[in-house]
Amino acid sequence: MKMLINVPETVVADALRGIAAAHPELTVDVDNRVVVRRDAPVANKVGLVSGGGSGHEPLHGGFVGRGMLDAACPGAIFTSPVPDQMTRAAAAVDSGNGVLFVVKNYTGDVLNFDMAAELAEDEGIQVGKVLVQDDVAVTDSEFTAGRRGTGATLFVEKIAGALAEEGAPLERVEAIARQVADSSRSFGVALGACTTPSKGSPTFDLPPGELELGIGIHGESGRERRPMMTSGEIADFAVDAVLTDLEPDGPVLALVNGMGATPLIELYGFCAEVQRVLDERRVPVARTLVGNYVTSLDMAGASVTLCRADEEMLRLYDAPVSTPALRWGC
Amino acid sequence: MTDLTDELDADVIFRWLTAAAASVEREADVLTELDSAIGDADHGSNLQRGFAAVVTALGKESPSAPGPVLILAGRQLVSSVGGASGPLYGTLLRRTGKALGDAERVTGAQLAEAMRIGVDAVAQLGGAALGDKTMLDALYPGVEALAAGGPHPYGAARTAADEGALATVPMRARKGRASYLGERSVGHKDPGATSSALLFTALAGAVADE
Repeated sequence: MKMLINVPETVVADALRGIAAAHPELTVDVDNRVVVRRDAPVANKVGLVSGGGSGHEPLHGGFVGRGMLDAACPGAIFTSPVPDQMTRAAAAVDSGNGVLFVVKNYTGDVLNFDMAAELAEDEGIQVGKVLVQDDVAVTDSEFTAGRRGTGATLFVEKIAGALAEEGAPLERVEAIARQVADSSRSFGVALGACTTPSKGSPTFDLPPGELELGIGIHGESGRERRPMMTSGEIADFAVDAVLTDLEPDGPVLALVNGMGATPLIELYGFCAEVQRVLDERRVPVARTLVGNYVTSLDMAGASVTLCRADEEMLRLYDAPVSTPALRWGC
Repeated sequence: MTDLTDELDADVIFRWLTAAAASVEREADVLTELDSAIGDADHGSNLQRGFAAVVTALGKESPSAPGPVLILAGRQLVSSVGGASGPLYGTLLRRTGKALGDAERVTGAQLAEAMRIGVDAVAQLGGAALGDKTMLDALYPGVEALAAGGPHPYGAARTAADEGALATVPMRARKGRASYLGERSVGHKDPGATSSALLFTALAGAVADE
């Protein structure tokens, strides 16, 4: 397996040095693995902190900037960051108005952010938390760790980030983040597995003529495997899986997200099919975003995220944002 | 021969953790391979990073009592591993160390009792139980065998933990990343149980060195 890397051990640090080189508007602490917007802490503003395993770029470092995250802490590849990173990030962005942790629902992320919240509160920082758990491919039961957090993270960070930028207090920022998280559902498919640098071979074996339905964002296998389908058939399956759970009664935000190795021409074609299915189901689409936002290294495939949006959520979604990966209105 | 009335000091615990680090280093690829079958292919590299940090920290500052050595090691795991393994293994060592207190020498029986407290804390933190196909499936049998005593308690603990790890193969995962796979997790040995068994192997080795 060929990769554009030096050695597996320095992949994350090397990427952080690159982010620092390309984005002088961010402060990058390579040793401690924390990415912070340069003007932090912003006076009278709730700080938004997120993080998770690396390998999902641009998530999360690519979403640090005005109108979105104040700081991100990347862990090792597909591994949650450690509490020290999170408390450091919280301390760097707290203006005295508190910090909101945006946490994707994985055991490691939850445990480490819980420990970090305790430590930050010991240091006098007020901490709120929102759990993103949008993936309908895995259902919540007494036997599972709950749903995975995937594409909805972008909507949560964008909308809560806009409200925080307006100077809203922590309780309100936390409430809207929870509203967005609860209003969002996702479903992903893989056409090929991904390869982690430390392993150097695909994390699961997917024969050429098959696809994996219901994958997460860590190269973990999905809930079933079928012979390869057309883009239209995949859209039918994915949107149906999302709508079975979401039941929108008004406009939705739509994210057609690439997993890292699928070119934009395919993602746009898939987006057209997703739009067709939503038209057929009479679900009005208020905004559509297409691209590689929550990826899984070099996995081929895509995910669909829909979010039931009320007027305030739409207004905050449209608000200016200036980050490496998401930028509009400014 | 070492039984549970024999006393252990900080050096034994230090040797235990050093041996655990060496065996994690040696088995890292195996652990990652197991994790790629039902998880996300990082268990080996994560633990390797964590135990390397433990050895470095103990090299700089080595407390003179078993409890504080374990607490320091646990804190290193939390601060360097990440994922679920960091908090879970960190909690195991920290809680075991806290239960031992500051005594400079502890009996094997005291260590067994402290480890049981540590394992219970892991179960509580992860919300898992025996039979969920997690590290607990090696930790509980290991610590039970150790507490049962007998002429070779450490060897018996190693055997019980190994067997516990093997017994995860036919299980269906109910906690952790593998639980998302449901039935598809059956037929694979749990990477967490496998690494937990390594801890008991390292302990048996360290104590036999007395």
